[in-house]
Amino acid sequence: MTCHDFKDLMMGYLDNELSDESRRRFEEHVAGCPECAQELKEFKRLKTITDEVTLVEPEDRLWQDYWNGIYNRIERSIGWVVFSVAAILLTIYGGFRAIEEIIKDPKVELLFKAGLLALLVGLAILFVSVLRERLYFWKRDRYKNVRR
Amino acid sequence: MTGVCQDEIITMQRCRRGSPEAFESLVNRYMKDAYFIALGFVGNREDAMDLSQEAFVRAYRNIKHIKPGRRFFPWFYQILKNLCISHLRKRRYRRASSLDGEDCPEVAATTDCFSPEAVAARNETKDKVWQAISKLDAKHREVIILRHFQNMSYDQIAEALFCNKGTVTSRLYYARKRLQELLGTESGGSTHDMP
Repeated sequence: MTCHDFKDLMMGYLDNELSDESRRRFEEHVAGCPECAQELKEFKRLKTITDEVTLVEPEDRLWQDYWNGIYNRIERSIGWVVFSVAAILLTIYGGFRAIEEIIKDPKVELLFKAGLLALLVGLAILFVSVLRERLYFWKRDRYKNVRR
Repeated sequence: MTGVCQDEIITMQRCRRGSPEAFESLVNRYMKDAYFIALGFVGNREDAMDLSQEAFVRAYRNIKHIKPGRRFFPWFYQILKNLCISHLRKRRYRRASSLDGEDCPEVAATTDCFSPEAVAARNETKDKVWQAISKLDAKHREVIILRHFQNMSYDQIAEALFCNKGTVTSRLYYARKRLQELLGTESGGSTHDMP
């Protein structure tokens, strides 16, 4: 085995992740290889100072409120979805009724009615086109089955 | 931290059926891990708290997609990591858009804005190590976080990162090499000079 192979064992040795056999082989190599011994010494020093870095624990109050924060976000996101769906439905219904009244109203000029209908047909075509494009790309999305 | 247990499998089944109580017990089990991992990624406490909670919200919405029998934490870790990386990207973009690193002058030249207040019992050496960690790229930073701050074994890290133990070993090697370089460069010497 070369020094490079033993470098792979060095991290395991530092972190106590080696089997007894690997540990013994690594120690034998280090005993006869000044370069690896020096590198190991430097890594040990780095590990010591890195292990000394500990992060500040938040106050207990924050942990007590942690779930409430998550629950509120979940609840609000559900609220927004329901609100949005209802707003869309009401807008469609209101729009439909308004258009129906305009079309049925004999006082409204024919040209205005034709323009309004053309506007609606144009919107419908745009909507179907975007929807079809989205479906096309979704079906061919190579990453849609990426492991979750 | 992430030992397989029947209790978690049952809890996951209840979560998939939409039980908030079951999800609350998962949150209580993993909230500290989530917070400290996020803190390791983004470097300040407010963002870490916000991102870790947001990760749980997304996990709740998608928990029915986890395959039965799979463990919660490695799956959740991917959500949390992606959120943190996305947050860092936005933060760098915002900072690049402004004139310079005015909002964080002490580390304007570094990749991320790590708050020194996140470190307990601070001293000069710990501050330097913390800032050096902030300069590691994401894949090296995460192995340092998981190993040093979360005390995870190589098997647990490999499971969380969806890679094998050899990759974990290799990433740790290069992450620590990079840390040595950064600390050496910053202190004008090397880790030898440190206590």
